[in-house]
Amino acid sequence: MNEMDDSIVKEFLVESYENLDRLDRDLVDLERDPGSRETLSSVFRTIHTIKGTCGFLGFTRLEKVTHAGESLLSRLRDGQLKLTPDIATVLLAMVDAVRQMLTSIEHSRTDEGRDYGGLIEALQRSESGEVPEPVAGGRHYEVGAAAPRTQGMFEDLIRSGRLDREQVELAARLQQAGDPRRIGEILVDMGVLHPDDVLQALRTQSQKSAASAVQSSIRVDLDLLEKLMNHVGELVLARNQILQLIASQDHAAMPAASQRLSAITSELQESVMKTRMQPIRTLWNRLPRVVRDAAAACGREVRLEMDGADTELDRGVIEAIKDPLTHLVRNAVDHGIEDAATRAAQGKPAAGRLTLRAYHEGGQVNLEVADDGGGIAVGRIRNRALERRLVTAEQASRMQDRDWMNFIFLPGFSTAETVTNISGRGVGMDVVKSNLERIGGSIEVESRPGHGTTMKIKIPLTLAIIPALCVRAGGEEYAIPQANLVELVRLQGEVARRGIERVHDAAVFRLRGRLLPLVVLSDWLGVGRVDATPDVLQFAVLQTDGRHFGLVVDQVGDSREIIVKPLGRPLSQVPTYAGATILGDGRVALILDVHGIARQAGIVVEAGHTIVGGSAEPDDTAAPAAALTPLLVFDLREGWRAAAPLRSITRLEEFAPSVIEQVAERQVVQYHEAILTLVRLEHLLDPGAPARHDGDRPATVLVCERGGRAVGLVVHAIVDIEEHAALPGPADHSGIAGSLVIGGRVTDVLDLEPLLEHTAAGPREIAAPFAASGGVRP
Amino acid sequence: MSAPASYCTFMLGPHRCGIEVDTVREVVRDQSITPVPLAPAAVRGLVNLRGRIVTAIDLRRCLGLEPAAPGPAGTLVVLRASVGDMSFIVDGIHDVCDVDPDTFESTPPTVQGTGRELIRGAYQLNDQLLVVLDLARTMEAAAA
Repeated sequence: MNEMDDSIVKEFLVESYENLDRLDRDLVDLERDPGSRETLSSVFRTIHTIKGTCGFLGFTRLEKVTHAGESLLSRLRDGQLKLTPDIATVLLAMVDAVRQMLTSIEHSRTDEGRDYGGLIEALQRSESGEVPEPVAGGRHYEVGAAAPRTQGMFEDLIRSGRLDREQVELAARLQQAGDPRRIGEILVDMGVLHPDDVLQALRTQSQKSAASAVQSSIRVDLDLLEKLMNHVGELVLARNQILQLIASQDHAAMPAASQRLSAITSELQESVMKTRMQPIRTLWNRLPRVVRDAAAACGREVRLEMDGADTELDRGVIEAIKDPLTHLVRNAVDHGIEDAATRAAQGKPAAGRLTLRAYHEGGQVNLEVADDGGGIAVGRIRNRALERRLVTAEQASRMQDRDWMNFIFLPGFSTAETVTNISGRGVGMDVVKSNLERIGGSIEVESRPGHGTTMKIKIPLTLAIIPALCVRAGGEEYAIPQANLVELVRLQGEVARRGIERVHDAAVFRLRGRLLPLVVLSDWLGVGRVDATPDVLQFAVLQTDGRHFGLVVDQVGDSREIIVKPLGRPLSQVPTYAGATILGDGRVALILDVHGIARQAGIVVEAGHTIVGGSAEPDDTAAPAAALTPLLVFDLREGWRAAAPLRSITRLEEFAPSVIEQVAERQVVQYHEAILTLVRLEHLLDPGAPARHDGDRPATVLVCERGGRAVGLVVHAIVDIEEHAALPGPADHSGIAGSLVIGGRVTDVLDLEPLLEHTAAGPREIAAPFAASGGVRP
Repeated sequence: MSAPASYCTFMLGPHRCGIEVDTVREVVRDQSITPVPLAPAAVRGLVNLRGRIVTAIDLRRCLGLEPAAPGPAGTLVVLRASVGDMSFIVDGIHDVCDVDPDTFESTPPTVQGTGRELIRGAYQLNDQLLVVLDLARTMEAAAA
């Protein structure tokens, strides 16, 4: 594909995507008001334009589908057919097909790959007045060449005298005879048409249909905007330098000049930012379709109302909230709004109301998704949470309605009674929340039983300029996005020295009873600590995906607004950084990717919800979804506390020293007419630990069974049985799966399976059959 | 072989190297560099070029020569934004040379080791060889 074609195709795609979003909305509007000729004409024009252009570009499949759609639409427009919900469905299916093909064209420059024969038939049947069957893809698609039609844009070219009709027809015949080139290409190759003319004609062609809709706005190249942002960044920089100068020197004229510069900078910054702004309408335009499909799928009647569609947001933010918002809307239709019968019984109008609201407030954008449905039944959440033992009854009694609401953001938590195609699998709300948090937003639920649910979202206006905290490590400055920052902790003297506990490899800090994994930034980056005040421990408590961790830094600097600049290759591949920025003194500082660091450090697991060294509090949204697991808590030796899932332990025993026999190097006891080998569990985990003699004390033994063979694991003392929810993931060969805080102490959670593997069965070992008698059943 | 005729040339250890002049945006001196821990070895850090953040690549390292001395980069050859947000640390800048395509030879045997793959060939100048770098491969090597 040559360059000319490529830019034409790009232009075509940009144009078509915009039109399609409007098309979705138009069709849904049309369904409600089938008589609107204006809407019908708009729909017809859009399809006509796409058809015309794709024929010219040689996307024959796309052309066939749009052609079939166009004929159906022309009959509708001429009043020969009435728009029924069935026809609307077929037309929407066509829009989807067009979108699919456009995506395929975007990625592979071809519209081939899927077969749309079934859709075309359905469109044709609708046109002839039959009720179409549900559209199913995959039917045979015939490949006969369509009669060459002289497209609108060629007409324009012929009219303007740049082309002869004969030449176009010749090119069309050539193409029909098997010439793989596109008509436009053939004409350019023939030397009768200049590439610029093609571009121009294409532009005119697309403007014709779009003119009415986009008159009030212009399309600005993103690269250009990026460049503008750069300049503004520089200006901010210059201002900062002057401000610094002022602070050091006392020059009479400087204050005024700098004030002026400051004002200009702020204004420029604001107006440039505005060029990146788009009304949220661009996103909302997709939603009527989403609501229609979801409502149809679950048999509801839903009226969608939008308020504040002109509220502007940064393009990047709009992109980032697209999926979360769509999910919330689907959820509201599926779970929020009741079916017509239930509504009637409660004296509500049959059609549910779904309201979207957007407005600016305090440098943020507030978004609301409100339904007038049944609301969230707190009782059901409570039962569910208790049933799944996410909270104890005692904790539950202290919880407010508001606290319960937050449970819907837990992974895997769903109160829906039935799982539908749309939602109810308990997957989603947690993702919605974490997606919003990732861009520095937040979400809250308000619900009144019987009256509906409102989701309140707060998001930043832009992602290009963000408030950040500057910290130092290894003599360099790094920026941490404020959105990830929870608090700063500074410890001095004894507290700083004793503060950090080490749980095998990981450093943790107990902050207000909660175990916080620590990452030491200078170690993480592999740079030496510089200028760190001795005896002082400073860390920033950061959060990502609902997990908290502490980032120990050499020094904490100030908080300021920074301009985020992306990192180019090869640095964009380093997961520790989210970008870079330019500081007041002109130096470059790296922006830390908090999520990336947490993920690499094992604090956040990509797909799961486990955490090493983390405890979950019941009111914490990060509370685990898994049911509680009973753990046996014991001391391996003085000061080394560990726990293991109770189910992996068959029995607890105590053996007096007199019954323990030494056979070769092994300690064994006779146990239920067999020989049980005793192994100090401590030695399995730490082979270097000194041998111990308990003297006259009886040995405390966990009897474990594996593959019909029993092994006695000797521990120092049994502490308790505790139930705990957040279990660390499976262990590696070391046998330590992770750590938890149990009863206020850091406790290693063991995975006994791999440890038992180490106690390979010797030849003298005899399986100990387990009789029902004896032993303490844990 | 009808290679582009003009090369921006610079010294790199014993070699006189060149890249096509139209891939170069500018040459700057004594820029302070922000190091990037955890980055690929050839990355020396980031440089602020009037608001544009550019990665500084230690070209000596890419070519398997002794790495450049630490501290502010002496001379940076900055690529055009369309080529990549990269700049090369070089030992010293030379003229822009017009070369005679007929004097093109394949990679001279004096260039050994890892650097060999990054070199497209060489032109015979009056007094010495001009080693022509393969830009795409060099940028790839910098990321490794």
